[in-house]
Amino acid sequence: MSNQRKRLTGEREDEDDEDAEGIGEWERAYVDDRSWEELQEDESGLLRPIDNSAIYHAQYRRRLRMLSAAAAGTRIQKGLIRYLYIVIDFSRAAAEMDFRPSRIAVMAKHVEAFIREFFDQNPLSQIGLVSIKNGVAHTLTDLGGSPETHIKALMGKLEALGDSSLQNALELVNEHLSQVPSYGHREVLILYSALCTCDPGDIMETIQKCKKSKLRCSVIGLSAEMFICKHLCQETGGLYSVAVDEVHLKDLLLEHAPPPPAIAEFAIANLIKMGFPQRAAEGSMAICSCHKEVKIGAGYMCPRCKARVCDLPTECTICGLTLVSSPHLARSYHHLFPIAPFDEVPAFSSLNDSRRTLGKSCFGCQQSLIGTGNKPGQCVTCRKCKHYFCLDCDIYIHESLHNCPGCESIHRPKSVSLMEE
Amino acid sequence: MPSVASKQYSDDVSLLVLLLDTNPLFWSNTSITFSQFLSHVLAFLNAVLGLNQLNQVVVIATGYSSCDYIYDSSLTSNHGNFESRGTGMPPLFASLLKKLEDFVTKDEELSREEGHEDRTPSCLLSGSLSMALCYIQRVFRSGHIHPQPRILCLQGSPDGPEQYVAVMNSIFSAQRLMVPIDSCYIGVQNSAFLQQASYITGGVHHTPKQLDGLFQYLTTIFATDLHSRGFVQLPKPIGVDFRASCFCHKKTIDMGYICSVCLSIFCEHHKKCSTCGSVFGQSKLDEASSVSDKKRKAPHT
Repeated sequence: MSNQRKRLTGEREDEDDEDAEGIGEWERAYVDDRSWEELQEDESGLLRPIDNSAIYHAQYRRRLRMLSAAAAGTRIQKGLIRYLYIVIDFSRAAAEMDFRPSRIAVMAKHVEAFIREFFDQNPLSQIGLVSIKNGVAHTLTDLGGSPETHIKALMGKLEALGDSSLQNALELVNEHLSQVPSYGHREVLILYSALCTCDPGDIMETIQKCKKSKLRCSVIGLSAEMFICKHLCQETGGLYSVAVDEVHLKDLLLEHAPPPPAIAEFAIANLIKMGFPQRAAEGSMAICSCHKEVKIGAGYMCPRCKARVCDLPTECTICGLTLVSSPHLARSYHHLFPIAPFDEVPAFSSLNDSRRTLGKSCFGCQQSLIGTGNKPGQCVTCRKCKHYFCLDCDIYIHESLHNCPGCESIHRPKSVSLMEE
Repeated sequence: MPSVASKQYSDDVSLLVLLLDTNPLFWSNTSITFSQFLSHVLAFLNAVLGLNQLNQVVVIATGYSSCDYIYDSSLTSNHGNFESRGTGMPPLFASLLKKLEDFVTKDEELSREEGHEDRTPSCLLSGSLSMALCYIQRVFRSGHIHPQPRILCLQGSPDGPEQYVAVMNSIFSAQRLMVPIDSCYIGVQNSAFLQQASYITGGVHHTPKQLDGLFQYLTTIFATDLHSRGFVQLPKPIGVDFRASCFCHKKTIDMGYICSVCLSIFCEHHKKCSTCGSVFGQSKLDEASSVSDKKRKAPHT
């Protein structure tokens, strides 16, 4: 094992091979992260202090601007009912150690986090898992809505063998997704580590087939950019990105969790019949249809066939009716009614009247917005309610809360309907 | 979003964010007057602060036309300069009472500016919930050592259906931050929002039957910190109704139809969605129409 490591990281010194036992965490910052490269100098040659929060906020603003560039004021239709297959490449390239401890472990950990986040943001959608091993694509799990089944299946077999074949994976996924109802959006997310693909036929034909069946393919590469992945994503309208380190990989994965803008022709609008079950009475005994065991008390009753199910959302195993509760639908409403990004207040604007009255402290968290030396600190303001917010509240409001506290604290008369926001 | 910091404080230090309903439309006809209610609440706040010297209390007033911070026990400006009002109120809360009075006057001015027609009796719950969550998020950012936060909603006004989306957003955000929302409802009808909020976030919901003993309900149920809740029997949620109501008739339904584009709920089959205008069952591409027919006949996976 240590010989293999020496071959891969030949230039490194011997201390690295001891890894967790030999090197302390503080040493790792110098060996791996090269923290001295982050220092900057100003014009006179003095060191500038590193302001992490401002950098973080600047990155966030850039991301927000890219996302809302086309959508300024308009509402883009999003595909809310998604059928997503995650294809993970378990070929021998996945055993590389450039991500610690190995690419497989890092991929598995981040895919688990992604699955949980996905079901949190898209409660009506379903995920399936496919792995590529030895040049053949295997289905790890079928399309389903329960995160635990997928995570258990994923963590069960983590080994890297053989070649990778992009065409086999796409053919398999295409076959599975052809049986999905027409109102759903079909997507594939491929985590690709290899630098080549060994295919039994012409992959360009497969790509055309995917395009015709309206399958949106996105790829996250772990090694380097490949033409075939780029071509696939361009043809089908997906996203192609390559991860440079573990943190970047996590960010790229989580970018796929919120619903992407829908291409109108891809899914046919349809009315889906759904049931809203009530909780079974306390102390009632029934055999649940999912585990085939006797359960007492907590559970739900399908309104059509009265079968008992344990968890929501699910599909009734007896009659096939989709069962949800109203909070599950409500989880997707913030995609339909997004809040507008806040405007940045120029850093050294004078303390004009409105700023003086409203801008002393952040409206959300009451943190003081006056910087050092009584100068106005960095803040943002909402276009509609004109309240001032600190940078951290800005990030929290747009990424997690999806409500502007200022706009919610204004009384709106009954006649204004929800749709006119 | 920064992850929730590990709680390295001792177990029972808590931060209580109290959302106080000051809606004049509700308080104008109740069995208990606002000043009696306030005396119960202030005694309760004193009790919470007395349980542990590191406990913190923040009070946010939920008005009819605005919401604002009224009191923050961690600010040192509260402790000095209390003018004794001679009313028997503890001097610790002199600033709270002053700010509350200012807030209610300002709220009344703001609501007078609007018309007198269509006065919905609801208060701005979504606004104060959002502010409370921003404050709690700031506490989480302040480092590894911080008290365990929770939110207590003291409300009597009925739910305002126009706030549904905003309230649900706040509830889900509180669930992610693992902040329980307790609710004490002192009004007449049932509040579905508060029941759902407490159920989803793991808080306690209770409707006191006798408002004369409000202090007793508050101290025995809502003063318990999060760690001790494992050892104390608190009111359990019974029969929270999660059924949806259809957009066309507003009646609760067991089974309905959902538009796949905008997730609006209908009780009967329509040709067109009234919310987003999408026509159902019609594909945009002509060649695909025959293919889509075949797909609709295929069984669901």
